[in-house]
Amino acid sequence: MQKSLPTLTQHNQSGWLFALPGFGLMMLFIVVPFVFAILFSMTNQRLISPNPTQFVGLENYQQLLSVNLLVLDPDVTATGEIKRDNRGDIRYPRIRSYTRNNPDYAHLQGMKEWFSWQWQDKKIAILASDPVFMKAIVNTLLFVLIVAPLQGALALGLALLINQRLRGINLYRAIYFMPVVVSIVVVSILWRFIYDGQNGLLNNLFHTLSFGHFTAVDWLGNPNTALGSIMVMSIWQAVGFHMVIWLSGLQTISPTLYEAAKIEGASSWQTFRYVTWPGLKNTAILVLIVITMQAFALFAQVDVMTNGGPLDSTQTIVFQAVERGYGKQDISGGSAISVVLFIMVLGISLLQRYLTREKN
Amino acid sequence: MADVTLHKLVKRYDKTDIIKGVDIDIKDGEFTVFVGPSGCGKSTLLRMIAGLEDITDGTLSIDGKVVNHLQPKDRSIAMVFQSYAIFPHMTVRENMAFGLTIAGVTKEEKDRRVNEAARVLQMEHLLERRPSQLSGGQRQRVAIGRAIVRNPKVFLFDEPLSNLDASLRMDMRMEIAKLHKKLGATMIYVTHDQVEAMTLADKIVVLKEGEVQQIGSPMELFHYPANRFVAGFLGSPSMNFIDAEVLAIDAQTITLGSSVLNSVVLPRPEQDVLVGQTVELGIRPQYLQPQHGDNKGCLHGQISLTERLGTETVLDISLSDGKKVIASIGQDQVFEIGESTSLHFDPERAHVFVKSADA
Repeated sequence: MQKSLPTLTQHNQSGWLFALPGFGLMMLFIVVPFVFAILFSMTNQRLISPNPTQFVGLENYQQLLSVNLLVLDPDVTATGEIKRDNRGDIRYPRIRSYTRNNPDYAHLQGMKEWFSWQWQDKKIAILASDPVFMKAIVNTLLFVLIVAPLQGALALGLALLINQRLRGINLYRAIYFMPVVVSIVVVSILWRFIYDGQNGLLNNLFHTLSFGHFTAVDWLGNPNTALGSIMVMSIWQAVGFHMVIWLSGLQTISPTLYEAAKIEGASSWQTFRYVTWPGLKNTAILVLIVITMQAFALFAQVDVMTNGGPLDSTQTIVFQAVERGYGKQDISGGSAISVVLFIMVLGISLLQRYLTREKN
Repeated sequence: MADVTLHKLVKRYDKTDIIKGVDIDIKDGEFTVFVGPSGCGKSTLLRMIAGLEDITDGTLSIDGKVVNHLQPKDRSIAMVFQSYAIFPHMTVRENMAFGLTIAGVTKEEKDRRVNEAARVLQMEHLLERRPSQLSGGQRQRVAIGRAIVRNPKVFLFDEPLSNLDASLRMDMRMEIAKLHKKLGATMIYVTHDQVEAMTLADKIVVLKEGEVQQIGSPMELFHYPANRFVAGFLGSPSMNFIDAEVLAIDAQTITLGSSVLNSVVLPRPEQDVLVGQTVELGIRPQYLQPQHGDNKGCLHGQISLTERLGTETVLDISLSDGKKVIASIGQDQVFEIGESTSLHFDPERAHVFVKSADA
């Protein structure tokens, strides 16, 4: 042992040398951009600009995330009566009168209405300095909350179905896995045809199944259906990948545990509850975190299928980051969005790890 | 009351018969051991009794009732697996109560039965632990506890001690023997370890290639093996076989001899033999008595290896035709390697096996 130690330290150098290409690439393409994003997000850097870069502190974040509440009293006549429009709805002063050059409401300067509701006579408006980004956050969270559990559950269901010793079962595994290996851009283009409002496959299918009673829907052109359509397509596309992860988890469960459960008289559901699911715990954490992170990164589908529209109904955080950084050449704004996304994903991953931790 | 009767049981995969028509009668309360080399079908047979494998043909009755098509849970059996098969995420108590949880038994009843089983196995202090905090022996004890809680008519053990180290195996073997005495239940035990078979069994079933070779008490099988396979399989070190020619036959005896064997008179075997036929003479190492010097005895050779174990001396002896025999002396005795020796044996203790076409 004594003798071999010096040789080991000598080899340490060659070890580092071998690691260098991979290490260098990781530094260059992951660590450096990450640090740059944080630095840029605190400046007014633009993609191409003759002006020198200035440090602006948290201004970009403020611009992105500022939210304020404005309570509007109804317009009243001289006699104190509430003014109503033709339809009988209460009339309120215009929000613009508060957010544009109003010295009494300096803190609302430049903000726009995000959403509002009526409470008794008053109108309560939530103002945001960037309502589109707010919509992007809401859409992204909605996407994560719906896609993560559905995709995870569906993938588990498929994995349970194909985790059997049947002839030709590998064919099914391959079929379910196929969408994963096709580029998401190609898949998105294909699904644009499926969702087409005029002659799309989906509309034709519903039309036929309902014997002509179904009215064609422009799935991607309607603000009410666009995000849902992207969700369905995204679930379909990646379900095979998570199915394979579940499958590998299923195959680590010892078959004798199933036999023991059978002898004890467990039904299929009881076997799943007491044997399969506890045995999949680590896999479940992995699948959940991977799906969540992938869902947060939603971009290609939106870029190809809807471009964030209609009416910002499919705006997402990453789409906004790209749109701002490259579309509007506002690289510092885009960087700030990336950092916000990073903190959100990190926070949720930590929360998931905490919630699914080993309890003893 | 739980007899187990196997009648012409057959297990066929595709067109290969794994179990080739097995008949076994197991009486209530009997400890029966299925023993045989790996691949002999003993585990398959046990799994057929458990209901984990379909029965291709024949009938299986437990307690007088044909159970061929019953689910495992309806057969009044419990099984202990080689790999323990205890659920890693449950505590010992939850593991033992699993069958009762499945059946929806009340908590009081569960606790009562688990505590009772834990008392029998002296493992009350382990009940709240998780399997990862237990040793191999303790895990197997949990598996046995789970079987006891089911209160089955028949206990099935599938090589339960094979994953344990040697000293623990001996302890657990004794515990299982005690448990059988205490519970008086019918137990069927599969092993490839002949020591377990000999020490535990009321009745041993020796299997080879899906067929029963012999059924009987351990001593019946040891002293009166039905064929060369059983003779060679049971006993350690295993029996010596020496080719010999039949020199003479009369009503009661048979005379054998060969180039290495001085002619010796033995009781006549049951099978038909002819003068001039070559048969095998089987002698257990314990019944060979080596002497110093090459003068007397029926067999002659040279010592090629000695193993002194203190209570036993095992000698590897090369006969003059180059074949080896093993002799085991029940005491410490010094033999030198290369020393000439002659071997005696009691003809009453020797066996004659007629070579069959497939042996």
